[in-house]
Amino acid sequence: MNGVHHLFVWFNDPANWHGVNGVPRRVLEHLTLWAWSMAIACAIAVPGGLLLGRSRRTGTVTVNVANIGRAIPSFAVIVLSVIWLGLGNAPVVVALVLLAVPPIFTFAFTGVRQVDAATVESARGMGMTEARILRSVQVPLALPLILNGLRLSSAAVIATAPLAALVGSGGLGRYVIDGFAVRDFAEVSAGVTLVVTLVVCNELLFAGLVRAASRGPARRSRARSRDGRRKT
Amino acid sequence: MSSVLSGASLGVSQPLIRWSWIGDHLGPIRHALLQHLALTFVAVGVGLVLSSLLAAFAIRFRITYQPINAVTGIMYAIPSLALFILLTPITGLTELTAEIALVSYTLQILFRSIVAGIDEVPASVRESARAMGLTRSQQLWRVELPLALPVIVSGLRIATVTTVGLVPISGILGSDQGGLGTFMFDGLARFFYTPLLVGGVLTVVLAVALDVTLVRLQRVLTPWVRRAHAS
Repeated sequence: MNGVHHLFVWFNDPANWHGVNGVPRRVLEHLTLWAWSMAIACAIAVPGGLLLGRSRRTGTVTVNVANIGRAIPSFAVIVLSVIWLGLGNAPVVVALVLLAVPPIFTFAFTGVRQVDAATVESARGMGMTEARILRSVQVPLALPLILNGLRLSSAAVIATAPLAALVGSGGLGRYVIDGFAVRDFAEVSAGVTLVVTLVVCNELLFAGLVRAASRGPARRSRARSRDGRRKT
Repeated sequence: MSSVLSGASLGVSQPLIRWSWIGDHLGPIRHALLQHLALTFVAVGVGLVLSSLLAAFAIRFRITYQPINAVTGIMYAIPSLALFILLTPITGLTELTAEIALVSYTLQILFRSIVAGIDEVPASVRESARAMGLTRSQQLWRVELPLALPVIVSGLRIATVTTVGLVPISGILGSDQGGLGTFMFDGLARFFYTPLLVGGVLTVVLAVALDVTLVRLQRVLTPWVRRAHAS
């Protein structure tokens, strides 16, 4: 309970809310790392997953390639990229991108794969172009799965970004490292509390998005079954 | 992404690898590699036992699945770096501290894959096992677990590879800790490339090697899976 008390005191101290080492600044740094990593990972993995999911051939090979990504240990990647890029944000972003790509890719890939072939065929029969099929049929139907992949990656990125502090970068890891350096465990716990809070926010955000995304098609299919046709 | 990030900012020129350093440190490298393996095996082993118990509990009492999943999920969300540090007032700068944190990260993955594996066993298979007169525990050991093995092993692979990647971070606990992470922290502190490369590359190699080993192991243990794919 003593620890909780110290944590409370830490958060109540106005000094911890201002300046370079203040909570708003550190959260912002953390979210900046997150935003860069997620943006780059999405730009690579979403189109990649969607397009490879559409092509019928390259199935298992590509999914296996994406799984190799899981075998890459983040800290080792950061350390190795430090040799190329020096200390700072860049090696961290490299590692976080590698961490984020596999789930996004795999879920986008499976999302498109599991869209009913008959649905795609009928869209084609209605005269839709391939681009239109992707945009108006496959992506909306795959959206819940795509979002799930984004949720997993995003949570992993938030929880791994504190490693940035080990290579002289900012973010909430600073509280952990700087707190440990002077054995101030209240500061360390404050850092952890903030990271876990961000992960929880992330879960809530994506839970809301998934609900919104799956509501669309579901409502339409209910409307269809009211027309007298049975949903299969 | 500013100019602070440029590589040679420290103004020191050094070769990417100083081979003589590796030659001089073969003993410590071997020691670190063995420590890395030991930390990984103990963490995954203990994690497997604990999550099997949790999974058995969750399968018997369905209502506990969500709470267990949520708690292990929160443990998984705690940054590894911080968990190692937060445990030090209790267990000190020891390998025990590292193991507790490492085990806690395997729980979520293993728990979910064990429950999912058992759940995926078709009800018809379960019923025919019962019709053949198998007792509840025979059903579990002879029918359900073997059929669940591919899913469980896939969870085991992720848990193992994740642990191999997390062990180096426990090097924050001191210079005799963290397996290959020792070299990474040493290299970062002195900005010396050679130990950084040795630690980083060997960790990646170890992760891939253990992953491949587990895939092989699964093929040996579940020969029927491949036969089903072939036909």
